[in-house]
Amino acid sequence: MIRIQELSKMYITPSSKTVALENVNLQIQQGDIFGIIGFSGAGKSTLIRCLNRLEEPDSGKIMIAGQDITAMNKKELQLARRKIGMIFQQFNLLDAKTVFENVAFPLQVSNYPKKQIKTRVEEILELVGLANKSKAYPLQLSGGQKQRVGIARALSNEPSVLLSDEATSALDPQTTYSILELLKDINQKLGLTIVLITHELDVLKHICNHMAVIEHGKIVETGVVEKFFLNPESDTAKRFISILQGFQEKRVYKEGEGI
Amino acid sequence: MNDDVLDLLFTGLGETLYMVLLSTLIALILGLPLGIILVATEKGNILESPRINKVLGTIINVVRSFPSIILIVVLLPLARFIVGTTLGATAAIVPLSIGAAPFIARIIENSLKEVSFGKVEAAMAIGANPFTIITKVLIPEALPSLIRGLTIAVIGITGMTAVAGAIGAGGLGSLAIRFGYMRYRDDIMLATIVTLVILVQGVQFAGDYLATCINRKRYKFD
Repeated sequence: MIRIQELSKMYITPSSKTVALENVNLQIQQGDIFGIIGFSGAGKSTLIRCLNRLEEPDSGKIMIAGQDITAMNKKELQLARRKIGMIFQQFNLLDAKTVFENVAFPLQVSNYPKKQIKTRVEEILELVGLANKSKAYPLQLSGGQKQRVGIARALSNEPSVLLSDEATSALDPQTTYSILELLKDINQKLGLTIVLITHELDVLKHICNHMAVIEHGKIVETGVVEKFFLNPESDTAKRFISILQGFQEKRVYKEGEGI
Repeated sequence: MNDDVLDLLFTGLGETLYMVLLSTLIALILGLPLGIILVATEKGNILESPRINKVLGTIINVVRSFPSIILIVVLLPLARFIVGTTLGATAAIVPLSIGAAPFIARIIENSLKEVSFGKVEAAMAIGANPFTIITKVLIPEALPSLIRGLTIAVIGITGMTAVAGAIGAGGLGSLAIRFGYMRYRDDIMLATIVTLVILVQGVQFAGDYLATCINRKRYKFD
């Protein structure tokens, strides 16, 4: 379970102060797929990066699997991060390493015995459907394949949580769909908790069980995903829905013109 | 061209190669850690420390402000202390290495900064410590660029050996000054220049080739 309490973060530059997060409270259940949605600049990326402290929060508390992430020193944090997987919009794979070496990297960092690394990497590449690409370099792969490697790398050390920072935003719709299916599959097979942030309604609709809406650094709405579509309360949620409807109406209207 | 000219040329080339190789090696041993520290201690990076970064950056800038001939003269007492003399190729290696180290540090800093910070963050997210990030992420990811940078450095150091040659270090530079310039031996001047051109072309070709090999391996489609 992940519990976020009173989390705040402010960006201070010489010319301005920007509130990125303000008193964020959230609870995410074990084994859930939890979506955080918001427009650009709402603070969703900051929020998810605070969970493994790639971004240092100013105040507040984060508990993951009973451990207080915010109270840890550097060494403890390094150990805790080994059990928190993360995937990125830009994949962030190491171009100098093959697919196999990329996936093996977290295991080497965690001092896994060499013999077990090979079997574990092969097993996880099988799971993400890239068993035949283990000797390829990331630059030789397509976007979808790169993200599969990213997922394999995040999962190789058997984390309890997977953080997804806009993992499908750089992919085309078809690839997005296959990556989402993969995440869903992993969630069911491994019972892994997935926290993802997105600005795509499809992502939310397709795989999330629960959601939170973030607006100007504040959580303005939480609940099951159906509520977001059937009974949106917050401004952001209403805007998302109206944009979707707007596009759909326009499409019907213009269809006669033969686009 | 008579035999004695060839003789002079080969001795000069040997001395130049000796100075370039050893100076580059020592400058690299000094400059590599400095370049890494410059990147790692930068704001927001893995070992953030604005003070160390500032002090180191200033020292490097100060050493780099010296025109190479002045730096060599200033460091000659140090050469006498370490090598026992201020004359000859070995003595020149001391000031050459110290002069080239900050240059190499900046080149390495530049190459390492080209590595996208997302890759560093990905390594942080899997719990890697700063040492692992430097040795397993930053350096391998920047390798082609590091090699190209070092090529620039080797050619720069070759130029510096000619300057050192003018004040008693030997090598091709000394040959060109003593014979080509002071004794009006145009044939020796020409031969020296041609040898240097071939040397520099060779170094550049080798550097490009190595960097391309690494890149080709990473891009290869099959």
